[in-house]
Parts: sequence; structure tokens; C-alpha cells
Amino acid sequence: MAAIEFNNLTKRYDSGIHGIHRLNLKVGDGELMVLVGPSGCGKSTLLRMTAGLEEVSSGEIRIDDRVVNHIPPQQRNVAMVFQNYALYPHMTVRGNLAFPLRMQKQPAMLIEERVRRIAEILDLTPLLDRRPKALSGGQRQRVAMGRAIIRKADIFLMDEPLSNLDARLRVEIRGEIARLQRQLAITTLYVTHDQAEAMTLGQRVAVIDRGLLQQVGSPQEIYERPANAFVARFIGSPGMNLIQSSLYRENGGIQLQLGPRRLPIPQRVLTDFPGLATHSEESVLVGIRPHAIHLSDTDSNETLPARVCTTEAMGHETIVHLDTALAIDNSHQARGDQTHLLVQLTGHHNFSAGEQLAIRIGIDDLCFFDSDGEAIR
Amino acid sequence: MRPGPGSTLMTYLLLAGMAALFIAPLLMMFLGSLKADHRVLLESGSLTAFLPRELSLQNYSDVFRRSEFPRFFFNSLFITSCIVVCGLVVNSLAAYAFARLQWRGRDLLFNLVLALMILPFEAIAVPLFYGASILGLRDTYAVQILPFIANAFAIYLFYSFFIGMPRELEEAARIDGASTLRIFFSIIAPNAKPVFASVAILTFLTWWGSYLWPTMVTIGPTVRPLPVAIASFYTLPPLQWGDILAFGVMMVAPVVLLFVIFQRWFVAGVASSALKG
Repeated sequence: MAAIEFNNLTKRYDSGIHGIHRLNLKVGDGELMVLVGPSGCGKSTLLRMTAGLEEVSSGEIRIDDRVVNHIPPQQRNVAMVFQNYALYPHMTVRGNLAFPLRMQKQPAMLIEERVRRIAEILDLTPLLDRRPKALSGGQRQRVAMGRAIIRKADIFLMDEPLSNLDARLRVEIRGEIARLQRQLAITTLYVTHDQAEAMTLGQRVAVIDRGLLQQVGSPQEIYERPANAFVARFIGSPGMNLIQSSLYRENGGIQLQLGPRRLPIPQRVLTDFPGLATHSEESVLVGIRPHAIHLSDTDSNETLPARVCTTEAMGHETIVHLDTALAIDNSHQARGDQTHLLVQLTGHHNFSAGEQLAIRIGIDDLCFFDSDGEAIR
Repeated sequence: MRPGPGSTLMTYLLLAGMAALFIAPLLMMFLGSLKADHRVLLESGSLTAFLPRELSLQNYSDVFRRSEFPRFFFNSLFITSCIVVCGLVVNSLAAYAFARLQWRGRDLLFNLVLALMILPFEAIAVPLFYGASILGLRDTYAVQILPFIANAFAIYLFYSFFIGMPRELEEAARIDGASTLRIFFSIIAPNAKPVFASVAILTFLTWWGSYLWPTMVTIGPTVRPLPVAIASFYTLPPLQWGDILAFGVMMVAPVVLLFVIFQRWFVAGVASSALKG
């Protein structure tokens, strides 16, 4: 087991593009840290640099206080699970599991014993003499895990290991990975672009975008108090609604302009977000989770009119796309194509396109971001 | 749309005609090698050459009596096998270095190697001959082996195959603790059997039938390979066509046998290299 530390880590390609830019992050001994971000954000590059498969442009990587920038992969004592598993096609499951130990020149008896034990743990015993092409996706995934575990490495690196599996198997193996990680208490860096996977698996989650670390924290912290508009939009399914708005100082308090309505911000909210006072008379982004928007039976000063565009029935919930007088901000997401306010309702709801609704936004459920997208706290 | 029966028949007739055209010389050689010498000449101008009548192995026995066939056969087998085996090792390692390793001047050198493919051997035969003479290598096995181990086309075939292999396999092996050479021999080579087979067969075919260079560098029969030996045998009086055809059959047999055994890998290797290339 070991702790990992990235200090001002930068990866710059020959083209001048930054894969990772001045990243600072500490992963504790035995911790499972999930790196999450959209495709091409640099999370896999970070993992590959940790493994020693990519050169570091500047900064340093420390594994247990030892700078490993120039140490070859085979001497870092890390194990990696690849997205496509990278099982050796010409070897049987037994051969794949034994390969890392054979490279360590371990005695044949010990190799045989360890292979047997790992096969038992991962339920691979009946498959030991099969080649990878004769295995299902889930079985291949387990062999890849076994090959990583068998070495008793200091660090596990997992590069989107579930992305080739179907949804049911993904949930099943996600639980298995979490169980194994807890059981072995091995420091793990886990890369995924699936924020649901990040939230369910990670003890802490690091959100990365365009090579920059956006936020590190527990899944709950990142969900409830996103550091910026990107994180707010990226984490959550669907992501947070961001509404362009303004703050006004009026009658000794601060009021929020939400479309046609001007709503007073209660003192308790101002206590939670003291920064709001310094942003009065400014444009801000207001964030609200889709599940925190409620339908109202009656029109009042606290409701907003909305028109149904489309609905997505998910079985246990319904996601409704609404046209409102609110100005939706779509500049802080990977794909800037959201123009509707999204509302997430529990249970099944039948709405026809064009139907008029009244919605109520609870002021206690809001997050606030300045014009640069940084959280106001 | 499915082709009509008439069109299918035409296609089969055309293919059968083409096949007959390619098989005819081989068949004629084989049947001629089993016929008495006077009959070979008599029947050569008509279709009776393809009729298996009054066959015997006398011509084969004559070849062994009139020439040192076993020695020539061994020479060809030894020279070609050395070129094939050493070539597989050298060219595959070179191609791997070009395809996967990072080193200064790699791309420039690879382009130079590729440029060698368009250079005909005849263009360098004379300077090579001078070089071999200066080194005192004429009339040796070495002079027939060493210049042909490294081969630009073989490097290109290996390169095309290696470049298409998933990089993660090597990265996984590297993380598992394997060195570059270990990765090559334990991971890359076992997964590149088709290209190894096709390069082996192509190299074997090329050098089994090689004539110009052995003619230039061999003097006596000691290290003479089959193609030069058959040319000498042809000029050996008396001129016996049946014996010459028997010699030819014994010379071609290993090549045909090799192709029949490894045909599947040969086709797969060439096809995959061509597609990726």
C-alpha cells in the first residue's frame, strides 16, 4: 500500500496542447479515488503518467514520498486494469494470472498456489484453462482484475474498466470492485467518464476538465456544493440547471431576479452564502438540481409559468423538458446544447407537449456561481 | 441480385480454364519425369504429354546416378533455412523497433529501409560481388546467406502487422514487469504467427529459386544450390529431358509442400499485412 501525491503535474504534448495542467492532488494510503471528467479531459493521461506509460513534462509524482517520474513502470509496483482488459490472447486464464508472478521469477509452487487462490476469490476456477476469446465480457473483466490483484501491488490503476460491459453487469462488477478494494485496502486510482460510477464507487472524487482539476471531495460534497458551474452541470443525472440571473440590493436585503419574478433571499440563505453580499447588483448563475423543482397547482408570486416540450419516462421517475422565461446557461458544460429547464419528478407523469404548468423553485435548494462560473460561498 | 445459371457456368468455365493454364506446366513436368526420354520429346508437342502411359522412376534414379543431387539439395535447404530463420529474428526485431520503440532518427531510417524495397537486386549485385570477393567469401555458404538476412520487404510486412496490434498488450506486460525483449518474445511474437508464417514462406520461395547470385559467387559443386545445379545438369551430356524434368520435380516439391501445409497462415498473413499497410 502507498500514498500518491501529484505536485504541479503537467503533461504537455509536442503540439503544445496540455493533457494535464499544474495538477495538485493527494491520494491517501488505501483510499479509492475516482477521477471523473468528460472524454479527452486528461484523466487517463494522469493514470498513464502514474503507471509510467507517459512521460511527465513537469512537476512530480510521488509514491510514498519517492519521486517516480523517471522510474520505469515495472519498478513502480503498480497494477493496472485497462479499458479493453489487455488480456494476453495466446495465454489461458491461468497463464494470464501467472504472468506477473513469472516476471518476478517466483517459484512455480507459489505461482500455482496464488493463481488457485485468486481464481477462487474471483470465481474463475472453472475457467482457468480457457483462452480470453472463450470468455464473456464480465469474465474477462474478472481475469483482468485477478491479474492486477495477484501481484500484491502497492497501487491499483483502473482505466474505465467497466465501460465495455452492459448496464446490469456494470452495476454488479462495480460492487465487486468496491468490495475487493475495501477488503484489500489498496490505494486505487479509478478513471471513469460515468459520473454515476464515480459517485457510487469513490471515497473521494476528483473532477477534471480540459486538463485542470476542478474539484476534489466526497461524492456528497461534490454533488451538494459544486466548486464551479462545470462540476454542477457534470455531476448528477441529469446535471444541475444553470439559470442566468441577477442579484439586487433592495429594502436592506438581497433579491434574486428569476425570469419575471423577483424573489427575496432569506437571511438563512445569506448566512450559508455570505459571498452573495459582495455580488449584489451583479449577474450571477443560479443552479438548481432538477429534482428540487416542484410542480404547483396554483399560480402565485412564487411560481413561474412553464410549457412542456418533451418528457422522458424512466419508470421510477419522469424527466420533463420545460420552456420557461428563464435564461438557461449552457456555456459551462461539455456539450453546450441544453436550452430547456429540466425537472425530475418522482413516479410516472403524463404530460402532452405544449401543456402549461406552474413550477416552484425552492430558494433553499439553490447554488450560486459568479459570471466566471466559480461558486459563490 | 443473384447471378443466373448461365453466368455462373461461364464463371466456373473461366476459372477452370485459368486453373488448367497454371497447372498444365507442372503436370507436364511431373508426367514427363516419369516417362522414357524419347517419349518426352515425342509427346511434347501434343496433348498426349498429359497421358500417364508407361511410367517409371528410372529418370529419378538417373538423376541420383549422374549428379550429386543430395548435396545440392542439402545446400539449398541449408542456405534457405538459414536465411529464413535468421531473417525472421532480425527482420521482426527491426520491425518492432520501428513500430514501437522511441529512438532518434527512427522515422528517417524506416523511410530509407522502405526505399530499399524499390531497389532491384541486380542493381547491387556487382558491388556486392566485389565486397564478397574482397572479404574472401566467394564459394562459401556465408556469402549466400549473410547479404539476404535483412530484408526490407520482410521488415515492412512485420511492421504493418505490429503497428496494428493493440498497444495495451505491451503496456500491460511492461507494468507486469516484462522487459522490451521479453515483451517481444512472450507477447508480440506468439500473437504474430500469421505474419511470421507468410514472411517465412515468401523468403523461402524467393531464395529457394535464387539463381543470379549463386551463379556469381559459387565456383565448384561444394556449396552450389539447386537452381545453379540444374543449369549445370542441363549442360551435362548426354541431354536427357526426362532426367532434367525429374530434377525439376524434386526441386519444386519442397516449395509446393510448404505452401500446401502453411497455405492458411500464408494467405491470412499477406492479407492482413496488405490491409493494414
